[in-house]
Amino acid sequence: MKEIRAIVISGNGTNCEREVAHACRVAGADVADIVHISELLSGAVSLSDYHFLNLAGGFLDGDDLGSAKAGANRLLHARIQGGQGSVAQQIESFVAAGKLVMGVCNGFQLLVKMGYLPALGGSLQQSATLTHNDGGRFVDRWTYLKVDPASPCVFTRGLEGIYLPVRHGEGKFVTSCDEVLEAIESRHLSCLKYSGPDYAEPTQEYPLNPNGSTNAIAGLCDETGRVFGLMPHPEAYVHRTHHPRWTREDLPEEGMGLLLYQNAIRFLREELV
Amino acid sequence: MAWRIVVGLKEGVVDARGERIQKELSQHMGIELESVRTLDVYTVDAKLSDAEVEAAAAGPFCDPVIQESAINRPLAQDFDMLVEVGYRPGVTDNVGRTAREAIQYQTGRPFAGGEGVYTSVQYLLKGKIDKDQAELITRDFLANALIQRWIILGSDELDPETGVAVTIPRVSADSVPCVQEMNLAVSDEALLQISRDGMLALNLEEMLTLQAYVRDPEVIARREKVGLGAQLTDVELEALAQTWSEHCKHKIFSARIEYMDENGKQEVIDSIFKTYIVGATSVIRKAKGEDDFCLSVFKDNAGVIRFNDDWSLVFKVETHNSPSALDPYGGALTGIVGVNRDGVATGMGARLIFNTDVFCFASPFYDKPLPQRLLHPRRIFEGVVEGVEHGGNKSGVPTINGSLVFDDRFAGKPLVYCGTAAIMPAKLHGKPSHEKKVQVGDHIVMAGGRIGKDGIHGATFSSEELHEGSPVTAVQIGDPITQRKMFDFLIIARDRGLYNSLTDNGAGGLSSSVGEMAEDTGGFELHLDRAPLKYPGLQPWEILISEAQERMTMAVPPAKLDEFISLAREMDVEATDLGTFTDSGYFRCLYEGKTVCYLEMEFIHEGVPQMVIPARWEPRVLTEPELPACERFDDDLKALLGRLDICSKESVVRRYDHEVQAGTVIKPMVGVANDGPSDAAVFRPLLDSFEAVVVSHGICPNFSDIDTYHMMACAIDEGLRNFVSVGGNIEHVAGLDNFCWCDPVKSEKTPDGEYKAAQLVRANKALYDYCVAFGVPLISGKDSMKNDYQIGNTKISIPPTVLFSVIGKMEDARLAISMDVKKPGDLIYLLGTTFDELGGSEYYALKGELGANVPKVDAQSAMARYRALNLAQSQRLVRSCHDLSDGGLAVSLAEKAFSGGFGVDVDLAKVATEGDLGANRILFSESASRLLVTVGAENSAAFEALFAGQSLSLIGEVVESKDVVVRGLNGKVLIQCSNDQLKQAWQAPLREL
Repeated sequence: MKEIRAIVISGNGTNCEREVAHACRVAGADVADIVHISELLSGAVSLSDYHFLNLAGGFLDGDDLGSAKAGANRLLHARIQGGQGSVAQQIESFVAAGKLVMGVCNGFQLLVKMGYLPALGGSLQQSATLTHNDGGRFVDRWTYLKVDPASPCVFTRGLEGIYLPVRHGEGKFVTSCDEVLEAIESRHLSCLKYSGPDYAEPTQEYPLNPNGSTNAIAGLCDETGRVFGLMPHPEAYVHRTHHPRWTREDLPEEGMGLLLYQNAIRFLREELV
Repeated sequence: MAWRIVVGLKEGVVDARGERIQKELSQHMGIELESVRTLDVYTVDAKLSDAEVEAAAAGPFCDPVIQESAINRPLAQDFDMLVEVGYRPGVTDNVGRTAREAIQYQTGRPFAGGEGVYTSVQYLLKGKIDKDQAELITRDFLANALIQRWIILGSDELDPETGVAVTIPRVSADSVPCVQEMNLAVSDEALLQISRDGMLALNLEEMLTLQAYVRDPEVIARREKVGLGAQLTDVELEALAQTWSEHCKHKIFSARIEYMDENGKQEVIDSIFKTYIVGATSVIRKAKGEDDFCLSVFKDNAGVIRFNDDWSLVFKVETHNSPSALDPYGGALTGIVGVNRDGVATGMGARLIFNTDVFCFASPFYDKPLPQRLLHPRRIFEGVVEGVEHGGNKSGVPTINGSLVFDDRFAGKPLVYCGTAAIMPAKLHGKPSHEKKVQVGDHIVMAGGRIGKDGIHGATFSSEELHEGSPVTAVQIGDPITQRKMFDFLIIARDRGLYNSLTDNGAGGLSSSVGEMAEDTGGFELHLDRAPLKYPGLQPWEILISEAQERMTMAVPPAKLDEFISLAREMDVEATDLGTFTDSGYFRCLYEGKTVCYLEMEFIHEGVPQMVIPARWEPRVLTEPELPACERFDDDLKALLGRLDICSKESVVRRYDHEVQAGTVIKPMVGVANDGPSDAAVFRPLLDSFEAVVVSHGICPNFSDIDTYHMMACAIDEGLRNFVSVGGNIEHVAGLDNFCWCDPVKSEKTPDGEYKAAQLVRANKALYDYCVAFGVPLISGKDSMKNDYQIGNTKISIPPTVLFSVIGKMEDARLAISMDVKKPGDLIYLLGTTFDELGGSEYYALKGELGANVPKVDAQSAMARYRALNLAQSQRLVRSCHDLSDGGLAVSLAEKAFSGGFGVDVDLAKVATEGDLGANRILFSESASRLLVTVGAENSAAFEALFAGQSLSLIGEVVESKDVVVRGLNGKVLIQCSNDQLKQAWQAPLREL
């Protein structure tokens, strides 16, 4: 059997690369490399050697121009030394090759602002964004996420609901127009929505919906289901001791966030590698 | 040519920032506006084409989904007042820096020297508001005059074609670098004037020592050989002032103190630091013998203890009080990123794992007139919290433990304690990584940010009280991202073995960092003109002492220099070779090849004369109040839960990322609704191991008004009992002391100096006594000794305050215990005896009293209790555990109940007390070393057996109903409140802040 190789890009303000790599390993990736952006820009490392691209949470360039904006600009415009093209072009070939991309929090913001999500009809024109929480502040709290069972998302397959923490100041999902929102909904791309503890209905109610996201959207995939982004942090719930109430509830050893990574690895093993 | 790019939200998009400001103006200033909207402005001053500027406006500066932009024309409309706030020249503008980088990526061309992007924010105020009110809002709320400038325009004053006029806050480089000689052959009065005028904070004796130094013919002869004269240069004088500052040299903790106790007994203490702090640790380490887990104490930027065979733990807590008083946001932000550098620059370098923060403020609801130059406590609260939020969250370091303490005397100086822990491999390249040594010939390399005028005189400024002339340049803004990039680089350079030593550039800048590192070799040569500057025009002395942030100094061996510099370049970190470490015995700086500073290492490091401080202890005459008889205590309990020191701090906690790095096992908020107050944090630093670090703290300035000896003892005990409460191993825990005092040196300004110095001595005596008794070594610490405010006739001194932080080990995080009750039917045990000790308590404070009977700590019985509790925890007999502190038994019970979502039924007659206390004293006494534990009924015998011979009371049980019921000595109900009522009382006060 061939190796499943995951890559986590770090540098310029990413913060969660270590726990994302850990989650990939626990979920069964044979390799989970943390690669500094300078190694991609110098041409020392190429995305094409990997199957699973992880864009970790953090504050790219301090989110100084709006979350992930300056980071997106770098990936689009910085040239790779000695070779040709940009990291953005490498990502596009990566996706075209049928591989998997997951962006968490700042990584989700990056995917949306580069136009990789929702990428309706394959267009990479930015059509949605993630902006300031309605509360106007950063917030760290746990949220219940209802899964859309009809979504093409390969990461959420077979799940009904998951409980994960959000930790962001700019997590409110907004689309450029109602048509985009309708397309997202009708194609079941909004695979995760903030809900109550029963995972029954999406909610706009604070704090269950911590940021006022349109249609309670917390996570989104493209039409292939292979590019996926979410504001909550799955790498933060890999073991039961990550759960805020593990000292008082009977919980399985494996955390709910791990399920997303396991789905990714399973898909790669079954369909790609 | 300069462009103004204005970016605003499209019509219909919620302006969360504007709405928050509108809400806060209403809540805090009583100003009702129809709306507040905001716009971002980028002033681009660079050689670019119009097309390039348009591409920037449309690309990185603007989110096309929700924003629109305009170039050189206004977006503002439909407002009554426009306020635009930008930075003053030279102030760190992080957004401007990122904007400039973004344009460089787009054009593929670097900006030339002097070119830049400057940011500002436009606030569009709509409603009934005139210019004076707009000015007031701006000055008191939107901006800080120390670092920002603003323009206010009425709706009829804005040019509809061009908008707000272009202003470029570029630092004008009109001064030519030169070195001045300082004539010290002058009268005593003139010497003091030189010290005052230059913000040197040197006293007469110190100035006379300098005067004598340059009179020495041998010194003059040696100076002449390198081209210097018989007068000190400004570079030398500034270097000496920084090195000899209270902030860097801790002159008060090193002083000779002549102490007289209440019985007239005299005692001379030659350095309280050496006697009590170093003294205690060396006694404890000896007693621990083979089990000594200390690796590096007092000598490095932070303390280091053993974690396991492969890893070592680093811990440091700093204060950043004075800068936070002037600019709460920038002060606190630099506080956290500054202490982060200490953690990283310990030993050969470490990786940050968590932050802690403790703030002492005046009430945010303070409604009396404020003395001149003081910011409103609410503004300080908001700014500090935001500063630590940005510093911690952006750095990717979870903030996992902290406190907020309130006393109106903290209006004079807020206390901002920032702590950080880091982890490093126990060994690197075959050598212990907590050790480092500079070699002769190593290059002095500075990495990270550039040098500017920011932070000049920070060290001397914080060595004085806050006064009229407190300098603007002492304030600065941190840049977490530049620092983060530097840390990423450092860890790789460390693992490749590219340097021999490193330290951070904090107080005193290069003067301190290079000067201290050079103690390994006995000298250095530093070329000040090689240092990268943010803008031209800095004087050589400014380059030497600037405290500009995000910089580290490394000692790089010549053979590794090229590799070091090229790795830095690859990772987009600036690193510059500034000179070499030597064994010449001299602290030598050059500027354009000429020697401008030539001082003996020994003189600069050892030459400061020892201070002599008188101290005299006279206990205050205090009495216990009469408490009126009372039938029910429901209202008292609710009032206590709503007091600022006790109430929920969730609104602050949730603004801090406390879970990044995925190691936080016991989080700050726990319980059935994730909103109960944790005693301590448990953190797993290694993702594939369950070994954990436990961190907590104690702080009780309320007791200082009675006796600082017992204040200190109680703070130590509070830190330790919080630590054991969650499961920390009492045999593997270290302490860290941070003293914040008011000036204790008797003088005209401080007539009660002898009393304050005696308070300091007494706190240190307790520190020694209790650390030794508990076997807790001190591994690092810091003191901040000038926490006073003095302008005109108004003087405010803070209550003497010590933060006692503890860090230790827990073998298996899966055994950690949270504070919330878990299950109806569980038994409630109170560990420890309750005494008549309400002096300085929250209950007395609620009643407007101080009292006299301050809690006293019995370390021996406490230690036995903590050991037994550790055993019970390891045998899984404990379901929940919560300490008793502010508000005593009643508050602790209520917190346990509402956090767990079940009721409790408790009988006060079962509580073990010393003497006949009466219900109110049992309910609200703050006797130390007590804990409330719940235990499954099936485990009660095993649990009780572990505490045989100790004070243990079975006081009640957890019940299904959601009420807290407390029965009095005669069986009558004293308290019956629902969890909801109690939680509401506890959450209400700071919910909206």
